[in-house]
Amino acid sequence: MIAIINYNAGNTVSVQNALWRLNCESIVTNNPAEILNASKVILPGVGEASSAMRNLKQKGLDEIILRINQPFLGICLGLQLLCKNSEEGDTPGLGIFDTNVHIFPALRKVPHVGWNSIKKQPVKFLSNIESEDDFYFVHSFYASICEHTIAESNYILPFSAVLKNENYHATQFHPEKSGSTGEQLLKNFLEL
Amino acid sequence: MLKNRIIPCLDIKDGRTVKGVNFNHLKDAGDPIVLAKKYVDDHADELVFLDISASIEKRKTLVPLVKKIAKHINIPFTVGGGINELESAEEIIKSGADKICLNTAAVNTPTLINKIAQTFGRQAVVVAIDIKKTENQWFVYTYGGTKKTDLNPINWARKVENLGAGELLITAMDKDGTKEGFEVDYLKKISSQVNIPVIASGGAGKQVHFKQIFANTNVTGALAASVFHFEEIKIPQLKTYLKTEKIPIR
Repeated sequence: MIAIINYNAGNTVSVQNALWRLNCESIVTNNPAEILNASKVILPGVGEASSAMRNLKQKGLDEIILRINQPFLGICLGLQLLCKNSEEGDTPGLGIFDTNVHIFPALRKVPHVGWNSIKKQPVKFLSNIESEDDFYFVHSFYASICEHTIAESNYILPFSAVLKNENYHATQFHPEKSGSTGEQLLKNFLEL
Repeated sequence: MLKNRIIPCLDIKDGRTVKGVNFNHLKDAGDPIVLAKKYVDDHADELVFLDISASIEKRKTLVPLVKKIAKHINIPFTVGGGINELESAEEIIKSGADKICLNTAAVNTPTLINKIAQTFGRQAVVVAIDIKKTENQWFVYTYGGTKKTDLNPINWARKVENLGAGELLITAMDKDGTKEGFEVDYLKKISSQVNIPVIASGGAGKQVHFKQIFANTNVTGALAASVFHFEEIKIPQLKTYLKTEKIPIR
């Protein structure tokens, strides 16, 4: 069973639907026991960082996330909350990835909306995905490239598209909305 | 590199897709899920579903349809048509729509833009603006293009950006249905005056029209309905053509 963390800041329906299309059962939950006992955990995220972090903390889910040993996937805001700090609402993150989150400089239109390609490293989590494959992004803030970056993308400047630190994985794009390439990435996650 | 988006629009009436030959002559065109899936297979980048049902009972068919679309479609989709309060926007987003499209309701109740953006993030709010030139001046129209307002499109676009809109969908009414090409000049002007993405609509008839709008403006999405429905333009061929013309496309 896959647990999708419910903290009122997620597109949980979309993630659950994407898993359903892959014949994978999931529950949307904020129950610590259910999260810790799940085979895999997903932290979706749409919205504003400081209120999302507040919601996580209110339910004690920030500490639960740090205790997870099974494969973990953060999506979009879910990625940003796993970094050290976010400029959005000056929000301290969970510090799993050794990088900070900044707002895009307004040299082009912000948010970065649409399909963009990635440049990836050869890791198992990104197998059967080609560099130059496109994924769907919607975000105004980005995580800088760091030692945990395993794929980067470029809009205004290069930024982290996929991060990985041990069992923690995260994508800035929305795999659940990225057509067949997104499906491949979710399959890779389910096979970890 | 960020790609430009090709966006088919599906008109929905009482839970079915309809194709308009002209405004009063609507033909049933089948199951929206089947058509939407075909567009996904054709590599459409996003979908827009516009509910044109007249009945006040429309939400009874729209909400179950949105849930079904969300289950079966793996690309982003926008839902619009008569959404005029936070509660109905909420119901549609919670059913799985990625974005809500506001048109007349945005003009009548501008604070609605702000309310939806604060609740679901600005990426969830697309404001549709129907524009038409009369006596050498551009104006915003509402109620499906039947009512002229005194709003200047550029001022209105800036205002909705400030209110929290995440994208603009701009339809040039005089081009709509003509197949003469998008309103390149004025869309270029509007798009350069706002810092949010703009989707162009109205006038697509040939592949070259998509090249014109992407090559000459910083518009990043182009929407069309009938030319895709009637397969006068096939999306796979259109995308191949745009790539050979060096337009960034998925």
